[in-house]
Amino acid sequence: MNKQRDPLFHIVKRAALPWYKAWGIRAAAIVLALILCALITTLITGEDPIQVYVTIFEGGFGTARRAWILFHNLAMLLIVALAVTPAFRMRFWNIGGEGQVLIGCLASAACMITLGDKLPNGVLLAVMALASILAGAVWAGIPAIFKARWNTNETLFTLMMNYVATQLAAFFIIIWEVPKGSGTIGIINQSTMAGWLPQVGPSKYFLNILIVAVLTVLMYLYLNYTKHGYEIAVVGESERTARYVGIKVGRVIIRTLLLSGAICGLAGFLLVSGSDHTLTTSLAGGRGFTAVMVSWLAKFNPLFMIFTSFLLVFLARGAAEISTSFGLNQSFSDILTGVILFFIIGCEFFINYKLSFRSAKKEG
Amino acid sequence: MDNKTAAVTMRNITKTFGPVVANDKVWLDIYRGEILALLGENGSGKTTLMNMLSGIYFPDEGEITVDGKKVVIRSPKDAFDLGIGMIHQHFKLVDVLTAAENIVLGLKEPGRLDLKAAAKRIREICDAYGFEVDPNQKIYDMSVSQKQTVEIVKVLYRGADILILDEPTAVLTPQETDKLFAVLRNMRNDGKAIVIITHKMNEVEELSDRVAILRHGQFIGDMPTKKTNAQEMTNMMVGHAVTLNINRPEPKDPKPRIEVKNLTVRSIDGILKLEDVSFTACSGEILGVAGISGCGQKELLEAIAGLQPVESGSIEYIEDDGSREPLLGKDPLSIAQMGVSLSFVPEDRLGMGLVANMDLADNMMLRSYRRGRSLFTDRKSPKALAEDVVQRLEVNTPGISTPVRRLSGGNVQKVLVGREISSAPTVLLTAYAVRGLDINSSYTIYDLINKQKEAGVAVIFVGEDLDVLLELSDRILVLCGGRVSGIVPGRGAKKREVGMMMTRLGGGKEDE
Repeated sequence: MNKQRDPLFHIVKRAALPWYKAWGIRAAAIVLALILCALITTLITGEDPIQVYVTIFEGGFGTARRAWILFHNLAMLLIVALAVTPAFRMRFWNIGGEGQVLIGCLASAACMITLGDKLPNGVLLAVMALASILAGAVWAGIPAIFKARWNTNETLFTLMMNYVATQLAAFFIIIWEVPKGSGTIGIINQSTMAGWLPQVGPSKYFLNILIVAVLTVLMYLYLNYTKHGYEIAVVGESERTARYVGIKVGRVIIRTLLLSGAICGLAGFLLVSGSDHTLTTSLAGGRGFTAVMVSWLAKFNPLFMIFTSFLLVFLARGAAEISTSFGLNQSFSDILTGVILFFIIGCEFFINYKLSFRSAKKEG
Repeated sequence: MDNKTAAVTMRNITKTFGPVVANDKVWLDIYRGEILALLGENGSGKTTLMNMLSGIYFPDEGEITVDGKKVVIRSPKDAFDLGIGMIHQHFKLVDVLTAAENIVLGLKEPGRLDLKAAAKRIREICDAYGFEVDPNQKIYDMSVSQKQTVEIVKVLYRGADILILDEPTAVLTPQETDKLFAVLRNMRNDGKAIVIITHKMNEVEELSDRVAILRHGQFIGDMPTKKTNAQEMTNMMVGHAVTLNINRPEPKDPKPRIEVKNLTVRSIDGILKLEDVSFTACSGEILGVAGISGCGQKELLEAIAGLQPVESGSIEYIEDDGSREPLLGKDPLSIAQMGVSLSFVPEDRLGMGLVANMDLADNMMLRSYRRGRSLFTDRKSPKALAEDVVQRLEVNTPGISTPVRRLSGGNVQKVLVGREISSAPTVLLTAYAVRGLDINSSYTIYDLINKQKEAGVAVIFVGEDLDVLLELSDRILVLCGGRVSGIVPGRGAKKREVGMMMTRLGGGKEDE
């Protein structure tokens, strides 16, 4: 027993690091992650790691079309992250983004199918957008009311609402399936393009990206500079403080979740009307969950979320590319993504704490 | 002192938290058969120092010896193995378990868990030192002082003979304090080493054999208690001479301001918290509220502030011209909208009065952010207010954009009180305004409260230190088990009498 010896190291909490040091640590983490990924790649597959990284980059930016898809995916992930963020700032763990987006998709698709030939396109688009926003708001509002009234667990509730949304979508897909028996809807209104968002600018994705960009700025302002944003922060930090200054906590919870759900619904509208023009049960594509990570990694700051969602989307696109061009299967790209995320999340520890080693103790 | 060997020596102990140096090359000796009082203002590093001894923190530098041998204390378990046990300010007990279960919790004894044997040993320990603990009683059925006793027995059960108590009397009545002191003296006579952290000078003089003083993380000195006095110790703690008197100006033209009649309050669980409470608080007067902890003070203040649902009774606000407005059934927002400027300094500063993670300026906004019709918050005036409070109340902070959780207890309280009095209130409610504050900060707060009183504010001051209540209050409302035990004039009131009134009505009800 080495009772007489100091432990090899102990953990010391850091003072707040200047921003450049914090970002330096994060950059170092990404570099280390890339090195480790390179090692793994060479050891397991024998491929040249540099070549692998080039391929990852090409997967994201190889062609103009790929770049547009990358930015569109980024925008769609970002809008869902923007949607869940007000709830997260309030410490309301809304992990029902997936269902809220899907129910928005369903509402849009329903309008397209049932009203496609009855309304002028402009009116139809407005009705679709409104229906989607409303549907998303309702989907998030239900758990919020239960939370505000009876303090139910919002995490479980919003999670369960996802499954309800999926089943609802599955039900209507069977009703509207084209052709009968296929179990899918296919492209809605392919000939008339009723309810399709018109192409603006250089790409059919441009409008979606623009809308999300504007929304990002608005959300940043809403959260940081408005009275609502301040109330959200106070409720999130301490409900007792909120009551003490006369904030109606239940009302803030419901209001914020309606907003959160409404933006998810809008995301659903953009997916159906702006890009995919169809409805499947997996149309939300796991974004409701990935958005949680985007929001957390960015510390709930809408502007940082641009970077975090870029990172995640870029990795996913690149990983998909290496699995096709090197004939490696999807699991390998998951390994690489996992390694990189592990480093990014893990480096937060070194931003908040430092290890003080025995030999280095003299420096004080 | 020379003929005794030190049970514990701490040499050159340094501990930093980021840029904050909590302990700077501190020396301390602890002897067996002696009660050492560790003194210092808030943030002077007393608790940090003791936490390093009990294995919660690890020192950055320095050397600790126990019984002459150099030791490394890496965890609370290491500390227990060395016979060091600490009783924390905030109890660490599991409410739904019994005393015995809590005491054996976490012990790794070979064989099956034998609660009966444990209970027997607990009784032996209790008999030896004069504790009163029922090993089979659940923690949630216990009073604060009983819980504390369980904590002490827990430490003794683990074989500790070096005991550290962090502000043990903060939550006790005078009678309970006397009992605790008797037990501590028994343990000292049994040869145990005892360290007690406290702010209360009279307790230091009454109980300790030796005092050690820290200031700003540095060791200032130690001496036998008999050779010093409260004034000298205070001066050493603060670093300059202080006067230890609380002003009590005569109330000027007191008029009834708040009238409470037959107030009855039940908690959510249906437990009676206040029963038939009636009193009047007047402008320009400090109404002290005395009572053992948890006998309705919190509910009383929160009912007036509009935070506590009330079963029956009435609370009325009386304007200067004599017109009356009911406050009951209104929430804080509607009270403010009525034009009643009611300020409330709650007991839980960081959990209720302030938002711990927000900076000073954002905390200043809590009361005022709704002002104006703009969608956006006004950031300028809270910043100005924060600057003003920092300057006027001498808040020690790196800046107004520092989160309040980084400030020490006294400075947190200054920020809170500063905000609450900034709105020129007509009623000021304070709960345990100086709890955990050092002498200097406490006197600053008393001064602020007195200034409010002189400005004609009706102050309701819930306190726990009877000495302070007796010196500060114009009248004292004594609560006992949620009922009014009596209202006595503050001038000339006797401590023992008030102490008796706090417990007399109790009988079967005082477990709350």
